[in-house]
Amino acid sequence: MSAVNPLKPSERMKIPRQESIEQEAKKRAQNFLEVSSGLDLERALLEAARCLECKNPVCIEGCPVSIDIRSFIQLLMAKDYAGAVNKIREANYLPAICGRVCPQESQCEAVCTLGKKLNPVAIGKLERFAADYEMQRNLFQPPVITEHHEQKIAIVGSGPAGLTCAAELAKLGYKVTVFEALHAVGGVLRYGIPEFRLPREILDMETERIKALGVEIYTNFVIGRTATIDELFDEWGFSAVFLGTGAGTPTFMGIPGESLSGVYSANEFLTRVNLMKAYKFPDFDTPIKIGESVAVIGGGNTAMDAVRTSLRLGAKHAYLIYRRSRQEMPAREEEIHHAEQEGVEFVLLTNPIRILADSNNWVSGIECQRMELGEPDESGRRKPIAIKGSEYVIPVQTLIEAIGQKPNPIIQATTPGLETSKRGTVVINDFQGTSREGIFAGGDLTRGGATVILAMRDGKIASSAIHEYLTAKRNGKSHRLAEKLNAETGFKAG
Amino acid sequence: MFQIVEKEVLAPTLAKYVIKAPFIARKRKPGNFVIIRVIDTGERIPLTIVDGDVKNGTITLIVQAIGKTTKLLATKEVGDEITDVVGPLGNPTPIEHHGAVACVGGGVGTAELFPIARALKDAGNSIYSIIGARTKELIILEREIGEFSDGTYITTDDGSYGRKGFVTDQLKDLLDSKLNIKAVYAIGPLPMMKAVSNLTKTYGTKTYVSLNAIMVDGTGMCGGCRVTVGGQMKFACVDGPEFDAHLVDFDELIMRNRSYIDLEKISEEHNCKLRGVEVAEGGVK
Repeated sequence: MSAVNPLKPSERMKIPRQESIEQEAKKRAQNFLEVSSGLDLERALLEAARCLECKNPVCIEGCPVSIDIRSFIQLLMAKDYAGAVNKIREANYLPAICGRVCPQESQCEAVCTLGKKLNPVAIGKLERFAADYEMQRNLFQPPVITEHHEQKIAIVGSGPAGLTCAAELAKLGYKVTVFEALHAVGGVLRYGIPEFRLPREILDMETERIKALGVEIYTNFVIGRTATIDELFDEWGFSAVFLGTGAGTPTFMGIPGESLSGVYSANEFLTRVNLMKAYKFPDFDTPIKIGESVAVIGGGNTAMDAVRTSLRLGAKHAYLIYRRSRQEMPAREEEIHHAEQEGVEFVLLTNPIRILADSNNWVSGIECQRMELGEPDESGRRKPIAIKGSEYVIPVQTLIEAIGQKPNPIIQATTPGLETSKRGTVVINDFQGTSREGIFAGGDLTRGGATVILAMRDGKIASSAIHEYLTAKRNGKSHRLAEKLNAETGFKAG
Repeated sequence: MFQIVEKEVLAPTLAKYVIKAPFIARKRKPGNFVIIRVIDTGERIPLTIVDGDVKNGTITLIVQAIGKTTKLLATKEVGDEITDVVGPLGNPTPIEHHGAVACVGGGVGTAELFPIARALKDAGNSIYSIIGARTKELIILEREIGEFSDGTYITTDDGSYGRKGFVTDQLKDLLDSKLNIKAVYAIGPLPMMKAVSNLTKTYGTKTYVSLNAIMVDGTGMCGGCRVTVGGQMKFACVDGPEFDAHLVDFDELIMRNRSYIDLEKISEEHNCKLRGVEVAEGGVK
């Protein structure tokens, strides 16, 4: 047991799990302010005191980026708040973001020893607390970079994969340049995740901390258009490239009526609201149109973000239409719960088949059919089967499709020799190396749609591989990392 | 930030802007466009690149002040900066050797057609250019296009200059003539491109149009610019902007492009109060 936590395990187990301070559901459904303001100092210290400080801290294994959770909680207990967040930052350079958007309940907290009998330690909330406290008290100290290398690395995409890879490589002493296609940094953290889950000041703050490491960021720069990957090597003098361009291309269901006015991809809808701030129209120029009734199709986190955003834009009815049951929804439990609290109407076991229009070519309704669950399919979830004759119409004036995204094809199409899968993802080995020497990739570009933290994990693994690759090059070793690694590990498709 | 280094008013609502954007200047090809955002609170709109200068690191845009953002742009002068310019986006026009080609530009679309027509000429085609507009003062680039065209024809709706009538009237004459027109490139307002397409369909003449759809990012991310081409959903930004006219569902695109007309008005009035941007047409310096 640590010296700072005087409580015996039995006493620690008596402390209830501390809850975040949240805006009341009905009120928050009308504003874009953050839903949760996290733990205050008192609650955070109580929560930290619940940690059993296990000899074998399984929570660390549960973390995709292996944050030393036990140590950071011990530092919190010792009231070394800057120390705590720096401990997190050793493994994860975006703690204020991960503390907010990580699905801790299926990662670190899922394996927490305390969670076997009681509620697990609120690791995510503690992570967020440490990061927020550091920011509020201005405790940030940039890490000391001891080595410096002349080699330049290009990071394509400023989402969670790219930013993490950039930060890790900058800490190792490399010259890092990030290229972002949009006018603002953050990728999906900027255009996808709404402000009520991730305030933009937090994202801006984390970005500034990465810039403080010496990372240079070019916005308005589309790799594959403004410059190609080969030009980055041949003309710009980069020695390695990391691709983290995400999965930004929306997919549509392919049902009749998708070209009607009032039909949005979740990407367009969220980009208008989050990146372009359409919710502040007309102070901001980008418009968005929201009907009295809105339907969002899908059951993932993006669908939850879109449907909760609809409410905040003034929809009286915000329906979430999903073809399976609540149990099969891929969204985080917390997001589903928040959506329910805020008044989202869940229309489950229902499949949209046709979008109806009014005389102005605007959406007027969505024709659906009811489904029942059959045998499990290849995803392990029970397959929904249509019930004959169950068709009915839900009147809506806005329809948002949140049924998944795929990688943007621009880079693949302009980079000869870059191997891709049938799904359009870039194929990688275990070390995030692609089929092209010096090009590494990760995040949704290789996964096809996953979480922020898995993208960060990829960025981190890639940073180690790039370091190893460039170290070998510096030492004049003519080794082709990808091939070497492939030989060692067997090529594994993403 | 992207500085305006040159500005020339071509007509009361039409101006040419030369903008410092060295990376884009190096890579742009005929048919490419940029997305611009004039100010921090502005929206992103697509504009076709008319010309570029690698040495000076500039690109040229010709813009008609018809919407909120283009009117805002019209208030910017030499030395002013545009917050964001990104590109070159979209697929460049495939420049092929057809033989005799009719290039049809309507209104500000003539500016977008200009680099394509010139590239087609350089590829050995004979170019017959039709420049159409509502009225005389909106006819642009007559001299520039005339310099390389084998024939240049002007039409105005009101008959104030050139032939009174529509570009399609002139195009029909060319198609009926002995010139043996093998391909048609048409850029202008959607109803014009639709009319051109309907006409050339009856002649079976290959026709290309450049579609200006509503876009947010311009890189395939939002899907706002989706158009139906040959019965399939395409994104104008990454699959186009140029398509085989005979396969395009123009009516659907015309409807989609009207989606925000009412909000555009609100936004313009707001801009007028806030930034003194004129709402009335013709209010550009």
